[in-house]
Amino acid sequence: MSRPVRSSNLRLFLAGGLLVAVGLAMLVSGFASSAPDGLNKVAEDHGFAANAREHLFENGPLAGYAVKGVNGDRLSTGLSGLIGVLVTFGLGMALFALIRVMRSGRDRSEPTRAP
Amino acid sequence: MHIPDGFVNAPTSLAAGAVAAGGVGVSLRRAAQTLQERQAPLAGLVAAYIFAVQMLNFPVAAGTSGHLLGGALAAILVGPWAGALCVSVVLLVQALLFADGGLSALGLNIVNMALVTAWGGYAIFLLLRRALPATRTSVTVSAGVAAGISVVLASLAFVVEYAIGGTGGASVGTVLAAMVGVHTLIGIGEGIITALTVGVVLRVRPDLVYGAADLQAPLVVGPQPGQMVRR
Repeated sequence: MSRPVRSSNLRLFLAGGLLVAVGLAMLVSGFASSAPDGLNKVAEDHGFAANAREHLFENGPLAGYAVKGVNGDRLSTGLSGLIGVLVTFGLGMALFALIRVMRSGRDRSEPTRAP
Repeated sequence: MHIPDGFVNAPTSLAAGAVAAGGVGVSLRRAAQTLQERQAPLAGLVAAYIFAVQMLNFPVAAGTSGHLLGGALAAILVGPWAGALCVSVVLLVQALLFADGGLSALGLNIVNMALVTAWGGYAIFLLLRRALPATRTSVTVSAGVAAGISVVLASLAFVVEYAIGGTGGASVGTVLAAMVGVHTLIGIGEGIITALTVGVVLRVRPDLVYGAADLQAPLVVGPQPGQMVRR
């Protein structure tokens, strides 16, 4: 009896968590500090910031956390955040589903557990 | 703390790429052995959450910001092996889609922000847990402190890479002092965000927190949700 309840709770938890992530990436990201981060500041202060080369995908459609062609900084950043969260979630789910398959394959091939 | 192309020379970046590949390989194998069934989807969520919170740069000092790295947080929620993989996925997405973190520096960034923070952070977390009583509050406090220290460890990892193959003219000592100084401040932010997140998950679904598995009461037949945990 308790198993289905728990798994639906898990689904609810995942949905809630994803909603929080989407909200942070879409809405709160527009208020983030645009000052250089710790490493970039150190690089600026100590003369090696200029050694950074342009990123190969500098002109990509999402480069720099902005959606190309979308005007308005907050909207553009928020949309890029939404896309990033969904892509990361999808990729993460796929990776860990694969890992779980690896695990169940191992369990079947090595029936060493005590009966 | 994403290293762009050019801060560290090619041989060092390549060597870090090999270390990163090895670390990810070990993590894959170990995660396959240890990851609980219900923690697999949680790990996907953790990756997405870290991506989101990494966008939220907070000011730490005049003209400087920092953001969550998330390795320690991921390790405490889903274990050090799956945790390192969560951050690696985030770094991969950031480098390929968002031009954040150089492609040649991906290995360096995985070493610093995924492996060092997840494994180093989790080791510190375990030490703190051993020293503190077995309560949820201890888990939350240990998570925050370990996460804060993990940021300093990550900055030290960069200093090592800079010492080996840095392209800048500044002395290693200068870079060391500057990196540790600013990342101690960023670590405070990391600690607060990590403690808050772990605290919320502990309240909602304590059974999902890998680093608090020992707090679970032994399973009895047909437990109801909410009766799972005493404390």
